[in-house]
Formats: sequence, C-alpha cells, structure tokens
Amino acid sequence: MWNELLLTLQDANTQWVLFGSILLGVASGVLGSFALLRKQSLIGDAMAHAALPGICLAFLLYGTKSIGWFLVGAALSGLLATYFIQAIINHSRIKEDTAIGLVLSVFFGFGIVLLTKIAQSKNGNQSGLDDFIFGQAASLVGSDVKVISSVAIVLLIITFLLFKELKLFTFDRQFAKGIGLPTGFINALLMTLIVSAVVIGLQAVGVILMAAMLITPAIAARYWTDRLDRMVIVAGTIGALSGILGTILSSMASNLPTGPVIVLAATVIFIISLVFAPNRGLVSKGLKLYRLRKRVARETVLQTMYDLAEEASISNQSMLFTRDQLLTRRRMATRMLDKNLHRLSREGLLNQTDGKWGLTAPGAKAAYEVTFNNRLFEIYTMYEMRFAYLQLAANDAWEYYEIPSHTLNELMELMAVHEHTPQLDPAHFAKGEKYYIANLESNDSNKRKREVKSS
Amino acid sequence: MNPVKVSNVTVAYDRKPVLQEITFDMPEGKLIGVVGPNGAGKSTLIKAILGLIPTASGTVDIYGKPYKSQRKLVGYVPQRGSVDWDFPTNALDVVLMGRYGHIGWFRRPGKKDTAIALQALDKVGMKEYASRQISQLSGGQQQRVFLARALAQDATVYFMDEPFVGVDAATEKAIISLLNELKAQGKTVLVVHHDLQTVKEYFDWTLLLNKRKIALGPTEEVFTIDNLQKTYGGRLSFLDTQLDPSHVVQS
Repeated sequence: MWNELLLTLQDANTQWVLFGSILLGVASGVLGSFALLRKQSLIGDAMAHAALPGICLAFLLYGTKSIGWFLVGAALSGLLATYFIQAIINHSRIKEDTAIGLVLSVFFGFGIVLLTKIAQSKNGNQSGLDDFIFGQAASLVGSDVKVISSVAIVLLIITFLLFKELKLFTFDRQFAKGIGLPTGFINALLMTLIVSAVVIGLQAVGVILMAAMLITPAIAARYWTDRLDRMVIVAGTIGALSGILGTILSSMASNLPTGPVIVLAATVIFIISLVFAPNRGLVSKGLKLYRLRKRVARETVLQTMYDLAEEASISNQSMLFTRDQLLTRRRMATRMLDKNLHRLSREGLLNQTDGKWGLTAPGAKAAYEVTFNNRLFEIYTMYEMRFAYLQLAANDAWEYYEIPSHTLNELMELMAVHEHTPQLDPAHFAKGEKYYIANLESNDSNKRKREVKSS
Repeated sequence: MNPVKVSNVTVAYDRKPVLQEITFDMPEGKLIGVVGPNGAGKSTLIKAILGLIPTASGTVDIYGKPYKSQRKLVGYVPQRGSVDWDFPTNALDVVLMGRYGHIGWFRRPGKKDTAIALQALDKVGMKEYASRQISQLSGGQQQRVFLARALAQDATVYFMDEPFVGVDAATEKAIISLLNELKAQGKTVLVVHHDLQTVKEYFDWTLLLNKRKIALGPTEEVFTIDNLQKTYGGRLSFLDTQLDPSHVVQS
C-alpha cells in the first residue's frame, strides 16, 4: 500500500492535482468561516447546486470542455440564483430557508435536464461533465489546476488585505455602515468571493457536496479558537488536510469520486473537534461538569457536617453524627452521601466511630472554609446590587479570598447582621473543645478574639 | 454652530411613515434624552441621522456639513441585541473596531490604536476584561464594551441607542458617569431612553418624539405632563403610576 501511495505521489499529474486541492481547501475553509459567521451556510449550498446549469450552458455555447468558461458560467448562474433568493425574500412573505429550497432545486433540476441532453449528444461522452456532480479531482489537468490555483490565491490575497473590513462587516454591519464602510460593496464582494470559492471547487468536489467543503472546516475550526484570525487559519488548514486526504484516497481506488472522500475526511476532523476540542469540545465540557458536580457534592457533605456541629455545640451535644442525621439536615442522594463520606475519610477529613461520623482537625478547617465561602455567597446574592461593582460574570466561580479586603469586610459585617457567620472556630473544636467566635472586631481570621465556652 | 441640524426628515417603511418631517437643532455640549412610546421611531431617528436607513426626504448636517464628510466626528452605540455575541472575538478587538474609521483601508490597528482602545475600556471599568471572549461577558459588560468602542471613535457627537436597557446597576452608574464626562469635555450626546423616571436626573435636554417631534428643549421646560400626554396619548394611566405628577408640574 505504501509503495502504491509513493507511486501515486510521484506522478506529476497527481502532484498538480494535490497542489490544486490544497489551495482549494484553504480558500473554501477561509471563506467558509465568513459564510458560517454570517449564518449563510445554506447560501453556499444553493450557489453550488445552481452552478450546474451554468456549466452545462457554457459547454453548449462553447462546444468543448473549458475550465475558464465553466467557471464563468458557474459563477453567473450561482449569482443569478443568489439574486433570485434575495428577490423572493424581499418581495414576498417567503422566508430565506424556503426561498433557498425553491431556487436550489429549480436550478439543479434544470442543470440535470441540460446534462442529460448533453450526454445524449454526439460529443457528450467526452464532455467530462458528469464529474461535476460528485467531483473527480483526478480529472483535473495542468491547465485546470493553474486556473483553480490562481483564483484561490487571488481570493486569499483579497481576504488578507480586507480582513479588518470583512470582520467588522460580519460582526456589526450597522456600525460598519456608520463609520463609512461601503457595506453594499463589501456585501457584494464577500458574496463574489464565496461564489468563486464554490465555483473553483466544483470539478474536484462536485456541486452536490461543495457546500460541505465551505462549512465543515469552518465549523470544526470554531471549536478550537475564540479569535476570528485563528479560526480562519485553522479552517484553511482543515480544508487543505481534507483536500489532501480526499485526493490521495480517491486516486488510489478506481472510480471513487473525490468529493465524497474529501467531505468524509473533513467530517472526521469535525467530529474530532466536536469531541476533543479544549473548552468547547464535548469531552472538555463533560469533564468540567463532572468536576463541578464532584466539588458540589463534596462541599455539600462538608457544609452539612459543619452545620450539624454548629448546632450540636450550641446545645452541648455530641459532635459525632449518623448518616441519617446528615440526611435529615440536608436532603441528598444516599449514594452520593456514602461515596463522599468514604472519600472524605480517605482524605483524612472525617473519621468514623461506631457508625457515627465526625470532623477531624483538617476536616474542621476544610468544612469551615466551605461554609464560610458559601454563606458569604448567600449574603452577596442578597445584596447583589450593592456589590455589582465586583463585576462577577454569571459563570465565574465564587472564592472569598479573591474578593478585595474592604468588600470582604462589608460582606462579613452583613453576614453578622443576618446571624450567618460560622460560629465554630476550626482550630479548636477538633480537640473536643467548643469555641465560639465572640466578635468581629478584627477581620483577620487568625487574630479573632475567642471566648472559651466549655470543653 | 450647532453640532447636528436635522431638517425635514421623513422616514417610511412600506409607505407607512415612521418619522414625519422631523426638524430640530441639537445644542452643543448637552446630554439630550429622546423619549417616546414603543414604535415612536426613536431608534429610527438615530439610524436616519447616521444614514443607516434610507430617508424619504430631508437632510442632516453635522457642524454645517453633510454627514458623509463628517463621519469621524460622530460616535455610535447601537442596541446591544443587534449583533451576535458568540462571534469569535474578544472585548479589546470589538473596541478596536471603533478605530477602523481612523485607520483606513488595508492597514491593521497599530500600537496607538490599541492604547486608545485600552484607555476606553478602562474608562468604562472593563480593562481587566480586555481579552475576554465577548460571549462570556454579562449583558451590562457587553453594553460597556459597545460604549468603549464609541469612545475609541474619539468623536464630538455621540448617538446611543437604548444603552440603559437590561443592564445592571454598576453598568448604569458607569454609563451615567461617562455621559457626564463627555459633557464636561464639551461633547454632545443624544441618548434614546425608555425610563421616564430617570429623564430629569440624567438629561439636560429632552426630545419628546412620537412619529413627529412633540417638543425639544431644556428638560425642566419640556418634560411636562402636558407634553407627555401629547407624546404618550391614551397611555397616561401608566404614566401616572410611573411619575409623581407634582414633581413634573414643579418643573
């Protein structure tokens, strides 16, 4: 197999084809990113399907296969279809998806009629037009590749030069217009760029699947980055990779069309991105959720232990608690409770005597921290407006030690007003002593004055 | 010379007039609130002034010249909901967009532009959030990013479309102090506003609008029950609950 691969790669024509599909992949990935962010994924599909009658008409008018005229025909009928879609949306109550569905099928149907007509004519067999349906990269010859590559390079240069303008236009069209960007021109330009990227891919990828080439690398790239410039580069790279894979695999198996293989390759990369991408990927999201649940469960058990100890010390009762006491104090799933009780005792935060659970010295400290943090957060939510200047975003974690000291003092005073201050000093009660925090004169937790109640 | 002169502007969607023959001069160095019921054409007025939508008739002059030649003097804060906040970019990048009008075609923002953008973010209390992905900001923070972008435009006249909608207390405070700072610098600000209770507190001048200009002038003079009745028509029962009438009559 490797020998076969090497032989394929040494072939001059294959090298040309490979070069062409790489540039094609880059161009469609880059422009696909803009199509995706403008929520125009389906427009690309419509353009690709609508290009077929244009190609057929170009063949009928010119008489033989000519990549240049095919591109012109495809671009013209693609733009005409886009125009029809816009006209239908503007002048009727029909919405965009319906308009795209209508125009796409009409153009494609007309294209198939023309294609059948050509196939039945005397020079139809040499036309090679069938390749345009599913794509055949191997059918590209040197001159085709030259045309495709030059167009792709021009597209990339324009995108690079106008990156700033295209970005602003895509993000906020109104503002772009406000600062004087000719938004009408940029819209037309971007449309033309996207149509061109679609059109140069038609012979290699085919009209049916070209839209996937535009969208799949772009959406896969979106998973890896939160910056447009990087997204465009990643999308271009994924497009190129798909192009390479598709071309090599399809040239090794006879009669295997390139388009589907390229699209499958791109889709595999997309699925990998969907599952494994950092931050946005499913695995990463799942892990985050798992860690959060684990942390919440652990904190719930610790805080319940603390609450019980606090109550018990006030009424001078035993500081050891049964499972049922914990469950009565705070409802939670028994399986979760058992799992966390044992985990915490393995960590040395809890110990078990006669089926009862108690906090160890480090456990008391941990439980105090958790309780303090959570009760402080409760106070914060009660007075959210007053503390709005903290600028907590909704998904930020709440950690008391990240709060500026004067705010922390204010929160602790409010906590005392609401009798919410944790009463047990962790440093002492593990020894069996029951200590109370007398007042909050000094807010440094190490310097708190304590009043010994009883032991 | 008046910063903005609106003459005879009419806007119509599908032959139904949204704004009719609006004529007014904006005085320099004032905070001007635009109030009126839903559908009164408040946002449409801003968009018409900025040339974002076609007008059926009328002209707009900025410091005596047509808007097109005076773009750099004008800053704009669109409604927050007008863009997709999941766009792959961060807060600083959005603020830098305010510099694009000064940078010109093909060139990338330079160090000076970045410094201006960071300064603008600092002014709205968002400097620490410069590299945050914009979808991870709260609604109020997103609004402040939009304000910072307008500041980065370094304009003399500002138009803000409902900046107070759906924001937290911190953002509201930040916007007010920013408005006062702009005023102190002699800049002119027109703000579309929806909360009648705060009009007197926030704005020197008020424009009452309901498809037509009802009144424009210093807030104490024009923000009266009589004018509000003309603006809001039958919806006054709702007004009574919102406003203490004695308060209004007093002015």
